[in-house]
Amino acid sequence: MDIASMPPRSVLPVVDEMNATFWQSGRDGLLKFSRCQACGLWIHPASTICRRCLSRDIRPEAVSGRGTVVMYTINRQPWVPDLTEPYIVALIELAEQKALRLMSNVVNCPVESVYIGMPVKVVFLQQEDVWLPLFEPVETPPRAAV
Amino acid sequence: MKALEKEAAIIAAAISQVGRKLDRGALDLTLDAILDAFDQSGLSVRDIDGLATWPSASPTPGQVSSTTNDIKEALGLRLNWYCSNQDAAGAYSGVINAAMAVATGQARHVLCFRTTTQFSARQKSRAAQPTPGRVARRLAGYHSWQDPFNALSPVNFFAMVTQRRMHEFGLTREQLGAVVLNTRKNAASNPHAVYRSPLTMDEYLAARFISDPLCLYDCDAPIDGAVAVIVSSLDAARDLKRRPLRIEAMSGAQYGRDSWDQYEDLTGWAATECAEALWARTDFKPSDVDVANLYDGFRIQTLVWLEALRFCGRGESGPFVEGGQRIGLTSELPLNTGGGQLSAGRLHGMGLLWESCIQLWGEGGDRQVRDAAVALTASGGGPRGAALLLVRE
Repeated sequence: MDIASMPPRSVLPVVDEMNATFWQSGRDGLLKFSRCQACGLWIHPASTICRRCLSRDIRPEAVSGRGTVVMYTINRQPWVPDLTEPYIVALIELAEQKALRLMSNVVNCPVESVYIGMPVKVVFLQQEDVWLPLFEPVETPPRAAV
Repeated sequence: MKALEKEAAIIAAAISQVGRKLDRGALDLTLDAILDAFDQSGLSVRDIDGLATWPSASPTPGQVSSTTNDIKEALGLRLNWYCSNQDAAGAYSGVINAAMAVATGQARHVLCFRTTTQFSARQKSRAAQPTPGRVARRLAGYHSWQDPFNALSPVNFFAMVTQRRMHEFGLTREQLGAVVLNTRKNAASNPHAVYRSPLTMDEYLAARFISDPLCLYDCDAPIDGAVAVIVSSLDAARDLKRRPLRIEAMSGAQYGRDSWDQYEDLTGWAATECAEALWARTDFKPSDVDVANLYDGFRIQTLVWLEALRFCGRGESGPFVEGGQRIGLTSELPLNTGGGQLSAGRLHGMGLLWESCIQLWGEGGDRQVRDAAVALTASGGGPRGAALLLVRE
């Protein structure tokens, strides 16, 4: 489905001090995660300590926004009235680190075109004070095919 | 390490009326099960000195309909120990906590219960539909990583796991269907099951998809109902009305991330770790198990548990269940003998535990597995899981 024609989400995350960098990182078009400055581990959700090396020097950094679909489903059930099903729910693994993942939607393509291993890139959907990181195919199919 | 759970036993397991239009209050249903458990054991309110449930609360309406406070106050219990918590290994946390309480002498007889009224809660929430265009509801915790992406039901997650297993291991819908047909067949002789009519493979394959590749019959049914179980110290369990069902081993291990999206293993999940820890606590082996009741909130979960518990290798659960010959009541591994949650309703794992107990007491009627003496029950999915291995004394 085209991101521009999506109805508003019925649920949004509580934005707090710990997660604001992530949920509002789309403000400048860049996807950001916490990263350990000592060993380089990307940490999601954000933490104040690195679970690998216990360094407490953690800062937000931008990732490439590129990733891969590792699991997906076509949702067909109208859970709430203002959904537009069918739509894709997918688990996206970011290019930067194994198992650095986001549950998200693959948009701007037909639902039948999504597959495991599909390369995708981030595209943000803003609603209220949240920029939801959604994903679209790296190779956008021609408009006529959508 | 000494596995102290061997000092704990289940001495009663009772189930309330279970259904979709019962018009009964949650407390009434819970009390039905509790009073039945007292009758079964010969114990009275005064004998109960411990109380446990899981979870203590839930953001999902109807998932937690009776609390420890409700039950203590209703029965006037005198408690040496009580517990209901949130962050724990899942549906058997109440029983696991109770076993630890009796093994350490904090209590002699712990009443464990679980009540869900998700059917009636759903009816109420449907009557109060939100108006489109309103300000979005805000969520924290693990739901906040899923619901904003319209992953509004756990079925979306388990559908993805199913798709991944089809991709990685060649799992088929017919193999999933074989488990569904098996549970429906077993449910026919469980008077508490909500769906007791047989299902054909054609009907299964023709059912509408909820979230591809999971269809209607891959999802359990929300119901109203309650289960009560009494966990006693083995010493206190002897000479009661029923033979004690000793807890040979129990586990709720979690080694990976406590997260539905960051968890590394995409096809095994915490079930694998939980099962590994379970078998390390006992000399029993998978081949010793007479009855297995494995979680089936969504169809794929049973298959994940079959592999995790080493009834077959990783990726081999599809061929294992195909055709249903290896999972029937007279087969090598009678599986979900009461109909599972798909046919018997979503009692969040406690219905599966009740069925394991019924089998070990030989009270399964037409669905009774011959000479069942060892039962394995497991519950949970994604980053959390818990398992109980029960042996009839």
